[in-house]
Amino acid sequence: MNPSLLEVDELWIYAGARRLAGPLSFRVERGQFWCLLGPNGSGKTLLLQALATASGAAAHAARIGGRPLGEWPLAELACWRGLVPQQLHDAFAAPVLDVVLQGRHPHLSRWAWEGREDRAMALASLERVDLAGFAGRDVLTLSGGERQRVAIATLLLQDPPLAMLDEPLAHLDLAQQIRVLDLLVEDLATAGRAVIMSVHDLSLAQRVATHAIVLGGARPLAGPVDEILVAETLTAVFGHPLSAHNALGRTWWLPH
Amino acid sequence: MSVRAIVLPRTHGPARALWLLLGAAFVCTLVFALALACGSNPIPWADLPRLLFAPDASVEADIVHRLRLPRAVAAATTGALLSMAGALMQVLVRNPLADPYVLGLSGGAALGALSAIALGTAAWTVNLGAFVGALVATFAVFGLAGPDLGRVERVSAADPSARLLLTGVMLSALAMAGVSLILSVAPVERLRSMVFWMLGDLSGAVASVPALAAVPLLALLALPFGRELNLLLRGPGPALLLGVDVRRLRLLIYAAASLAAALSVNTAGTIGFVGLVVPHALRLLIGNDQRVLVPASGLAGAAFLLAADTVARTLLAPQQLPVGVVTAMVGAPIFLWLLSRRSVTR
Repeated sequence: MNPSLLEVDELWIYAGARRLAGPLSFRVERGQFWCLLGPNGSGKTLLLQALATASGAAAHAARIGGRPLGEWPLAELACWRGLVPQQLHDAFAAPVLDVVLQGRHPHLSRWAWEGREDRAMALASLERVDLAGFAGRDVLTLSGGERQRVAIATLLLQDPPLAMLDEPLAHLDLAQQIRVLDLLVEDLATAGRAVIMSVHDLSLAQRVATHAIVLGGARPLAGPVDEILVAETLTAVFGHPLSAHNALGRTWWLPH
Repeated sequence: MSVRAIVLPRTHGPARALWLLLGAAFVCTLVFALALACGSNPIPWADLPRLLFAPDASVEADIVHRLRLPRAVAAATTGALLSMAGALMQVLVRNPLADPYVLGLSGGAALGALSAIALGTAAWTVNLGAFVGALVATFAVFGLAGPDLGRVERVSAADPSARLLLTGVMLSALAMAGVSLILSVAPVERLRSMVFWMLGDLSGAVASVPALAAVPLLALLALPFGRELNLLLRGPGPALLLGVDVRRLRLLIYAAASLAAALSVNTAGTIGFVGLVVPHALRLLIGNDQRVLVPASGLAGAAFLLAADTVARTLLAPQQLPVGVVTAMVGAPIFLWLLSRRSVTR
């Protein structure tokens, strides 16, 4: 049997020296969409960062392609997993196209230059996030939501089997939120990808997730979305009464 | 304020890079010829090739070979080293306002050189003192803040390099206190040479073999590591996520830039502004791809310092100015203009 794309066994999340959450165990296969939920400060970002940078306990407790994270050379790991961080700080001006092109870095050899095809791929991925025509813009002039979509376009170009996104919808308007979710779902099948995405909007999570992780409760929970997104569980975790309602053929979560 | 689309110079592959570098090399050659031709005894351009490559026993040949050529080579080498070191330091600390001395190297160098001048030892010991001082400062900063080079606290967060910067600034302040002490107790007749050294001076400067060798080495370093440098510029976190060994890369940049700056200080004292202004101006002109920017900084830095030194020795001739005065006089206004431009385009 092939190893799972990502296997996490008994992982503890640390904030500095303090144990924040755990133990957490789950397996991610290609084609699955995992939503990471939990109140502020419950360790969502720390979990994603630990998995992305193979730091701390995640180096041993998590395996990608059957191999512990800590044993992967960084350059090869970049072909397996990608992360769109919550925020990016640009210190220097740069054309948007150049920033997106950097997603090709792990796929090019040390001496190679980005060529015509790489550029065409970058333009295509800008178009997918609805930023066609932004190629020549300076990243420093972008709005928060535009910058976030540039980061998503960079991730699309990096094309990792395991894509992690830390609140990618936070700065996006409603239409762009749905657009980004749709393109992530589209790639699950076409690119054989798996997604782990932290998000605060439970309804949006319900819309796309096949699986969910909930942090912040007495014990972290992970599993198929139907088992995890349950009113009693969420009410307890968020400390506020929540209930599911059906409309437009979907399930929507509303706070009381 | 409305966000207007500004067209930035973009990465366009190796062909464009080659043309840019050839252009820069051409300008550099012209300025080099100018430096050889200008002076109290002007030499016609037409005679330059003959005097250079087939020298006779004339006074002109002697002037070119004994006086102007070594000085021009020293100026070009120093300018190239300082600019490339500046470009690399700006990547390392992710700050466009960084220069080769930002991590305290100039303080150490000045302390070493001025100690030698104060003790009245032979002239060559002054440069050696500067070199040793620069290296001591480099190692001290590295020893205190070295672990920061590998730290990527949170992928999204800004840099951990603030501590690196502050360590450099503090050590520099410490060294400058020592420099002030020496200046205040040194014999009056030596003060002038001390001040000249601190301003950066190319009279009698000779480029050492290591300094000459470091120029092409540094320029070539940009090719295999260029894409990684570009990534580091976006931030240590994004670089790490795309497979860059951030710690190793930062170590390499730190070592290369410090050595280049130390070699230039060893040649001509602490010349300011070249390492700050040249990479910054080039970034606005040709874009921010380090594979082009670092070698182009070398060429442009060489041309800039050659021109500045030519002005320094001809403007008030026979009186010679320290070249550092000229670079600051030209560099500071250029920089202020760039800053005000930047605030408009942002």
